[in-house]
Amino acid sequence: MLEISNLTKIYDGKVLALDKVTFEVQKGEFLAVIGLSGSGKSTLLRCINRLIEPTSGQIIWNGVDITSANQNEMRNVRRKIGMVFQHFNLVSRSKVITNVLSGRLGYINPALSLLNRFPQADIDLALKQLERVGISDQAYKRADELSGGQQQRVGVARAMMQEPDMILADEPVASLDPVLAHSIMQYLEKLNKEDGVTILCSLHFLDLVHEYADRAIALNQGKLMFDGIPKEIDDDRFRNIYGQEAKRVG
Amino acid sequence: MKKEKSFARSVGFGATLLLGMVVYAYGFNVTKVNFETTRSERRLTQLSRIMRALAHPALFVYEREEADITAPIYLPCPKNGVPAYTPNKSKAYLILTPSCAGPGEIITIEGFNIWPNTKGPINFVAPSGANLTIGHLRADDNGYFNAKVKLPKRKPVEDAQILRALPRRNIGNPKFSEVAQSTWEKIIETVFLALLATTFGTFLAIPVSFLAARNLMSSQKNPLTSVAFSIIGWPLGFLIGLRTALIFQSLVSQILVEDILIRSSLGSVFGIGLIWATVLWLFPRKETQSNLSSINSVRYVTMVLSVLIAICTMYMVAHLALTLGKVLLEPLGPIGFIGNFISQLGDVLVMVLPAAAALLGGGTLGLTGNRIGQYMSDHMSLRVVQITNLCATTLAGAIIGAILGNTVEWFYQLEDPQQTLVWPMSVGAVLGAILSLRTSHKHPIPIGYVTYFVTRSVLNITRSIEPLVMVIVFVVWVGIGPFAGSLALTLHTIAALSKLYSEQVESISPGPLEAVRATGANRLQTIMYAVIPQIIPPYISFTMYRWDINVRMSTIIGFAGGGGIGFLLQQNINLLNYRAASVQMLAIAIVVATMDYISAVVRERFV
Repeated sequence: MLEISNLTKIYDGKVLALDKVTFEVQKGEFLAVIGLSGSGKSTLLRCINRLIEPTSGQIIWNGVDITSANQNEMRNVRRKIGMVFQHFNLVSRSKVITNVLSGRLGYINPALSLLNRFPQADIDLALKQLERVGISDQAYKRADELSGGQQQRVGVARAMMQEPDMILADEPVASLDPVLAHSIMQYLEKLNKEDGVTILCSLHFLDLVHEYADRAIALNQGKLMFDGIPKEIDDDRFRNIYGQEAKRVG
Repeated sequence: MKKEKSFARSVGFGATLLLGMVVYAYGFNVTKVNFETTRSERRLTQLSRIMRALAHPALFVYEREEADITAPIYLPCPKNGVPAYTPNKSKAYLILTPSCAGPGEIITIEGFNIWPNTKGPINFVAPSGANLTIGHLRADDNGYFNAKVKLPKRKPVEDAQILRALPRRNIGNPKFSEVAQSTWEKIIETVFLALLATTFGTFLAIPVSFLAARNLMSSQKNPLTSVAFSIIGWPLGFLIGLRTALIFQSLVSQILVEDILIRSSLGSVFGIGLIWATVLWLFPRKETQSNLSSINSVRYVTMVLSVLIAICTMYMVAHLALTLGKVLLEPLGPIGFIGNFISQLGDVLVMVLPAAAALLGGGTLGLTGNRIGQYMSDHMSLRVVQITNLCATTLAGAIIGAILGNTVEWFYQLEDPQQTLVWPMSVGAVLGAILSLRTSHKHPIPIGYVTYFVTRSVLNITRSIEPLVMVIVFVVWVGIGPFAGSLALTLHTIAALSKLYSEQVESISPGPLEAVRATGANRLQTIMYAVIPQIIPPYISFTMYRWDINVRMSTIIGFAGGGGIGFLLQQNINLLNYRAASVQMLAIAIVVATMDYISAVVRERFV
């Protein structure tokens, strides 16, 4: 279970990105995070695995206080939290399999990974994960030779390599066409339903939210504006989240 | 209104133009621009002579033979007529018309049966036997030539004097000239000089470039306690490492008083085996989850022991290489340089080991201090941390002061401990204490940024000194020759490449970095898996470019005694031997062009 209380992030002492955000996520939940660009969605997700240092507030995950964890504790926390990115964030010059294997870095001995060696068991697992996302035939290509949809599948496979308890997905489908978007969302859904992985996913399109999310939270200028099931987002709430001039499409 | 504005603008423009004129006028004056000299006839002749010499590199030589054809000449005409002269017409002969003339007069010389298509001088042989070249011959296809020469103004002599034609021809195939051979030797030296400098420079520049990359360093922040502890730890560990290495050095040389080869090879094999076994035990393939402190401390002790054994073993290996290389020198014969290489490697190892041990010791204690400080500021009460901070920071400040003071003492030999020890230490201590009082105990010090700044400054200073200047210091140290040149180039390469590399690190895309960090990878793993794959192509291309620069640089580093082809080039230019200098320039041009081609191929392959 993930408990976030009064989470605040101020960039450079000036820009307020998160303003006392408080919510809880149950184990195995599929939570959508919605809001305009710049509303603090990415900051929120990155504060959870401390890629961004929160200014104040508390994040407690499975009883561990993430906000005060030291380097070693953070390593143990992070390796159980997978992350999927809008721009895939693959190392484009490395092979697909190396990208997937890098999901394992939190588990293996740092001295060994300096030699670019992974245990055979991890290599087998990586091939299995690539098979699961349907691109096992691309394993030894360079990552930048793949199409956008394939690259995001590598991103998902990398997150799966961590055998995560939770996945943070930062607009995972925003740079993909609608068909690919659904296929990526289905992989996440499968992880959520079959493996019981908790998923926090920021999304732009409400139809995707309705289709995949159990629950949604909404941010507007760093403030939590909504917390409930997606169906409850009516026109009033919609304008609260997206501003008075916004029109609903789709 | 608008018109006024445009008027003001025109005036401004005019003033700028005028100012520009003045600037360039002054520039012409300072650089002593004088186009009149470029048209002076004397200089133009010299220019064309030099350019022609440069266009005839003295690459090949032929064996030559020379025919000696003579005819009598009377200077001036004798009073009782010219005696008849009948040359042997079956051989080469000369006909002079007229066969006598006054000094300074012009006569025509015709030559017959000369070697076809040859050239050579026409000499006037004075009674003393001295040859004076008065013209040139150029024989045609039939072996005939016709030349007009001006007779020298000499004292009148009664008897016949001699005019001598010397046609010359090449025999056999062309051979490389001596200049070409020495140029070949030196250009090989130059290329390898550049290769060594580039290789060592690259290896050392890579780690430095990470320290000089803003995006990697700026995120590194530590509490004051850990900074202070690591400042104390570094010099302490440095001294301990240095002492340990020196103790082992004397120990090993005591063991190796006799039977060096057998004892050192036994020692090397045994030591390497032991270390291998220890490493296998210390670093299991999977990270163990056990946090049992007893196992951890056993590991720690083993690690320290194995490092000590490693130092010993390295000394063994070094002595083995030293001895083996010298033994191999004789039997290897023509490839004896390999034996020399091996023994030099051993020597380098002996030299580098104390430094490496010192760095290792410093790094270990520094990092340990860092860890302890981190732990204390995380877990101890505010009061304890504050008091520790005060003590540790004061001590750290004093240590920095002492180090600075010692440096000043070394350079300026003040021999006054009051100035070079007491004062710097007290100032450092006071500054440290003030810092610890002014900093809130958890406020992190941007130590990464400080490191970045210091590294950058050192690099900039080093880079601003041209290798041509650096080589002077190295020539004093290791003597005139290519070794001094390669050391100077290495140093400059480190500074220049570190800067270029670090800028590449700064421009990598941050996405993969954050993705790898998010998997729980530590700092080293992040560099290994997210940074290095992104920087390999630019690193390769910069390294190739640097090799290119080093080749060109090493061509002139000989000017200052740094070996390589520059030595020959400078010598020939000073001796006005332009045809030889031209060979060296040609060689440089060929090497640089080849380098360019090779680097293009390599870049295509890797980038």
